[in-house]
Amino acid sequence: MTLPQVPILPILPELILTLFGIAVMLFDPFTAKPHKSWLSSLAFIGVLAALAGNVLLLAAEGEYYNGMIIVDSFSVFFNFLFLIIAGLSILASRQYLVREGVNHSEYYGLLLFATVGMCFMGGANELIMIFIGLEITSISTYVLAGFRRTDLKSNEAAIKYFLLGSFATAFLLYGIALMYGATHTTHLSQISSALLTGRIDLRLVLAGTALMMVGFSFKVATAPFQIWTPDVYEGAPIPVTGWMSVGPKAAGFAAFLRVFFVALPALDQKWFWVLWVSSVLTMTIGNTAAMLQSNIKRMLAYSSIAHAGYILVAFAALTPNGIASIMFYLLAYSVMNLGAFAVISAWSLSGERRVTIDEFAGLGYRQPWLAAAFTVFLLGLTGIPLTAGFTGKFFMFRAAINSKLYWLTIIALLNSAASLYYYLRPTIAMYMREPGESGRTSAPQDSAPLQISMATKVVIAVSVLAVFYLGLFPSTILDFAQSSAFLVH
Amino acid sequence: MNFLKYIWLIPLLPLVGCFFNGVFGKRFSKVTIDFFALGSTLLSFLCSVGAVWQLSRLQPEERVFNLNLFEWIPAGVALTAHGFANFSIQWGYRLDPLSAVMILVVTGVGFLIHVYSTGYMAHEHGPHLGGYYRFFSYLNLFMFSMLTLVLANNFALMFVGWEGVGLCSYLLIGFYFHKKSAGDAGKKAFIVNRIGDAGFMLGMFLIFQTFGSLDFGTVMARAAEAPIEVYGSVGVLTAIGILLFLGATGKSAQLPLYTWLPDAMEGPTPVSALIHAATMVTAGVYMVSRTSVIYTHAPTAMMVVAVVGGVTAIFAASIGLVQNDIKRVLAYSTVSQLGYMFLACGVGAYFVGIFHLMTHAFFKALLFLGAGSVIHALSGEQDLRRMGALKNKIPKTYVTMLAATLAISGIPPFAGFFSKDEILWQAFSSEYGRWWLWLIGVVAALMTAFYMFRLIFLTFYNESRVDPEVEHHIHESPSNMIVPLQILAVLSVIGGFVQIPKFLFGGFDGFERWLEPVFKHPATEAGAAAVEHASLGAEAGLALFSVVVALTGIYLAYRFYYRPSSAPDRAMASAKPVYTVLFNKYYMDKIYDALFVNRTKDLGNALWAFDRGVIDGGVNGSGWFTRFTANVSCWWDKWIVDGLVNVVGFTVKMLSYPLRILQTGFVQSYAFLMVLGIIAFIWLYVLR
Amino acid sequence: MVPLNYFLILAAILFCLGVIGFVMKRNLITMFMSIELMLNSVNLTFVAFSRHINVLSGQIFVFFVMVIAAAEAAVGLAIIVAFYRNRESLNVDEVDRMKL
Repeated sequence: MTLPQVPILPILPELILTLFGIAVMLFDPFTAKPHKSWLSSLAFIGVLAALAGNVLLLAAEGEYYNGMIIVDSFSVFFNFLFLIIAGLSILASRQYLVREGVNHSEYYGLLLFATVGMCFMGGANELIMIFIGLEITSISTYVLAGFRRTDLKSNEAAIKYFLLGSFATAFLLYGIALMYGATHTTHLSQISSALLTGRIDLRLVLAGTALMMVGFSFKVATAPFQIWTPDVYEGAPIPVTGWMSVGPKAAGFAAFLRVFFVALPALDQKWFWVLWVSSVLTMTIGNTAAMLQSNIKRMLAYSSIAHAGYILVAFAALTPNGIASIMFYLLAYSVMNLGAFAVISAWSLSGERRVTIDEFAGLGYRQPWLAAAFTVFLLGLTGIPLTAGFTGKFFMFRAAINSKLYWLTIIALLNSAASLYYYLRPTIAMYMREPGESGRTSAPQDSAPLQISMATKVVIAVSVLAVFYLGLFPSTILDFAQSSAFLVH
Repeated sequence: MNFLKYIWLIPLLPLVGCFFNGVFGKRFSKVTIDFFALGSTLLSFLCSVGAVWQLSRLQPEERVFNLNLFEWIPAGVALTAHGFANFSIQWGYRLDPLSAVMILVVTGVGFLIHVYSTGYMAHEHGPHLGGYYRFFSYLNLFMFSMLTLVLANNFALMFVGWEGVGLCSYLLIGFYFHKKSAGDAGKKAFIVNRIGDAGFMLGMFLIFQTFGSLDFGTVMARAAEAPIEVYGSVGVLTAIGILLFLGATGKSAQLPLYTWLPDAMEGPTPVSALIHAATMVTAGVYMVSRTSVIYTHAPTAMMVVAVVGGVTAIFAASIGLVQNDIKRVLAYSTVSQLGYMFLACGVGAYFVGIFHLMTHAFFKALLFLGAGSVIHALSGEQDLRRMGALKNKIPKTYVTMLAATLAISGIPPFAGFFSKDEILWQAFSSEYGRWWLWLIGVVAALMTAFYMFRLIFLTFYNESRVDPEVEHHIHESPSNMIVPLQILAVLSVIGGFVQIPKFLFGGFDGFERWLEPVFKHPATEAGAAAVEHASLGAEAGLALFSVVVALTGIYLAYRFYYRPSSAPDRAMASAKPVYTVLFNKYYMDKIYDALFVNRTKDLGNALWAFDRGVIDGGVNGSGWFTRFTANVSCWWDKWIVDGLVNVVGFTVKMLSYPLRILQTGFVQSYAFLMVLGIIAFIWLYVLR
Repeated sequence: MVPLNYFLILAAILFCLGVIGFVMKRNLITMFMSIELMLNSVNLTFVAFSRHINVLSGQIFVFFVMVIAAAEAAVGLAIIVAFYRNRESLNVDEVDRMKL
């Protein structure tokens, strides 16, 4: 009798992250308070190591563990994305955690564990695996959202996210169960072939599809399941909000794409219209609600909803180009949004004061570089050419046009034009208003010079460079995305 | 040195200037800032001259130079009407006779305005005034974007320049950000432009879908092979043409998107001269000319362009009649002149559109810079009612502005005469022309001559109405402001000699022949043959008529405003029938209140007033018409465009109510909504 | 042998009870228990299908789900405890600081 080989290479990044996460939490009790910051460095090193491990994956394409895990360029791309997001978020959090007095290293451990879950979502080839990855991510995120334990808003964000998240997950799981009952399997490719045989109860499959879509829609915050987003994003600590708006969302899209394109292409005429309607609702709700906001975190939360709507436009194109453009856009959106939140985190004061749009008045004079970077991120989110946002949207809308989705694209373009209205507001406040004009008088200590740590500066600089790099030279990334999209489709 | 190989330097140099001034400008002295800003622009101008000179040495058919620097957006295969197309966008420049004219205008006029700005903005320099370096950094960034726009060899790169100039325009309009109106004006410009940009993008996608490429050369070659669409039908080429033109109306301030331009006068005057008169706003004309092949194959789209251009010309001119802010008069004049250019393009005479673009760049830049010089002399005063009798106090400004005014009024032999006359002639005689398009052009020309001389008389003649406080500060501007004025004045005089109509000294068609390779293709050749047989006498007669019309306009302005003893206010009071109709606001406002504001209240009464307004005779009628269009334009601005802004605000507010109901903050109402969503999903999937 | 549909309908009823409990009950702990009820009804579905089609994997999934539910319980209860410390209440209607 031969024992089965257990390869560790296919899950190397996840393994590395887990080990470093455990190490960070283990070392915490033995580290004196002033030296805690080296634990964040340790977590960052873990991310770098995982990135290195991820490079090795490129040579190990194939299905592993009875087909539960798949290594292909799609999963490798998303691993890269999640690791970049994790790395930037770790750097962006350092100063914030110290300032808010919550510098516990569990934060970094949880961030790493959540990234493990996200990597599993990207590499899962099987519904239960996706569910496990999603739950690993979610459970870590519940804690991170409430990380400022004594703060009522943060606490409330955690409760809302936890209750509604678990509620949605239960539907996802029910959908998986129905799918399992109908097709006798949870492997994505086997579901696809079972659907083609036709000897199955179609109503069970459709109900299962509907319920799974509920679960994914909740994760990526698209209508009508976006309702939790603004409250949770507003209440969560700033770096966590930045991370949540890109990381778990990208992971949700990775799984969403893979499940629907690999397992359910036979039903695409059924889910196409749901995507279409959901996309229009999502964009419109996100953009109009964003115009009403005064809190910048909440505004960016609605903006994040709107961006998920744009992504659904490319999703509805049902083509490999559409998938590739979504992958590219997720990367572009991630750097823009992480950069924007890093700026907000740098400008806000302890206790998360100074986060309304009016309170950005005068940033243009006091911190010209910070303001310039923020402007770049906001223009990128609007989709001004030469930024990543433009090229990303360009690819997505082009994919939609190629699939003859003219109305959807027109709606998306109009929405995108309207979004300028609220993205300009902070810019105007920064450059064209005097501080205190809004009637608030700021306390004297608030106008003390800002101390921005090196780590935050690095995050902002890297994001600005990435925004321009992706805007000017999108070819490398896009080529890679395109080759992997053909694999999935 | 082979300048053609180095055309990438033309846009790059200003970007370098922008970089140095933007990053290190705060620590630079004024001289260093000037060095980078002016040096980079001058070098760019010299490179342009060199490249164009070398281009002109080639055979006419070979005057296209493509330079692809690198692949910007990589290949991806997409199914288009042209089969599977390789979607690949190069970062590439294209120099042909059309872009040659554009880069010379942009860098040449741009350089002069840079020089002027060193004088005009000098007081912004200082340790506590961060404006000077910022201004030049933005200005150079604008030059970069504009040159990218006109040199791009494909639609996507052109769009980069297109958005870039919009961004710079926004930054520069809002330059005096401490004024709320300036910030609002910048925002308005940006947002209105974005509406047009949506049209541009859709047009661009449709072009790719139709022709399988975004490269100008490929698209135009394929479009030239397409059948010409029937006039009155809307085929795909017409759709492309109209969508692109929507983009042009935004950038070039045409109806219905023109309203941002007058507000844009909140920016510093050199900016108004460079961006909002000479270069950026002409981008739409350039784009329509660049895609002339598509328009020629879509007669419906051409008619849309011609009508929108003509109507804008007359609308904007009529508003210009009653404005009191010197820069606003010029702003409406710009909108009106841009309408002329589109009128020319719409009747198929693209080279005339570009010709007028060029002469307009000279004289309108000069008018703005002159106005800037007046404002400078009067310590910031912009109101025509508080000027007067400046002729002898700032003589150099006066002479140069007079030259520009004669040019814009279309008095021979100034540059504007040649271009404007050619437009009117083409509107009358070309195969796409109509007599009523010509008539619109003539009426607009009459108004132009009137309001421009009104401006001259109010500014330089009569007794002084200047604030005594300001009075003794009046001074001629420094030489770095006057010299650009004088150069532009010379150009405004001689700039038209590149294209002289046949009936004058046998004529000269150098400009037409220069641009011919760009606009020539089978469809236009047929049209050209049709025009050929038109009579020389008719052309001369129409030209004479339009000069008489311009002189009439000048005479009317003279009768109304050249009154040494009385201010215009009093001139209005001393009633003549025409005066009453033109300026009796009480009577007229009542009609328009009834017509538009309270139109639901008393429509019959208004119609009666309308009848009377028409029956009251020719003079009254024309006066009424002037007021009518002026009021309609104001009404449009007030109710439609501002209304649109309000509607957006209102919609947002209305949408906030359902949002308030949905986003209650209660977990369980969220859960309940989710359950409703789930039921909807299951219904959509299973039961439908 | 009890037919498959009986199990499925029972599971569906339990799931709906969980949903209703989640939407109607005001106590955080009760809401949390409703979610557990939903998860367990899914487990029942899995097991029923697994028995019916004679594929074992469904019963193994149940273990995964139980483990994850346990992890969720640990974290969820901790969050609820933190809320109780701040507010001295378990009423979900007090979680309403953020709206619109």
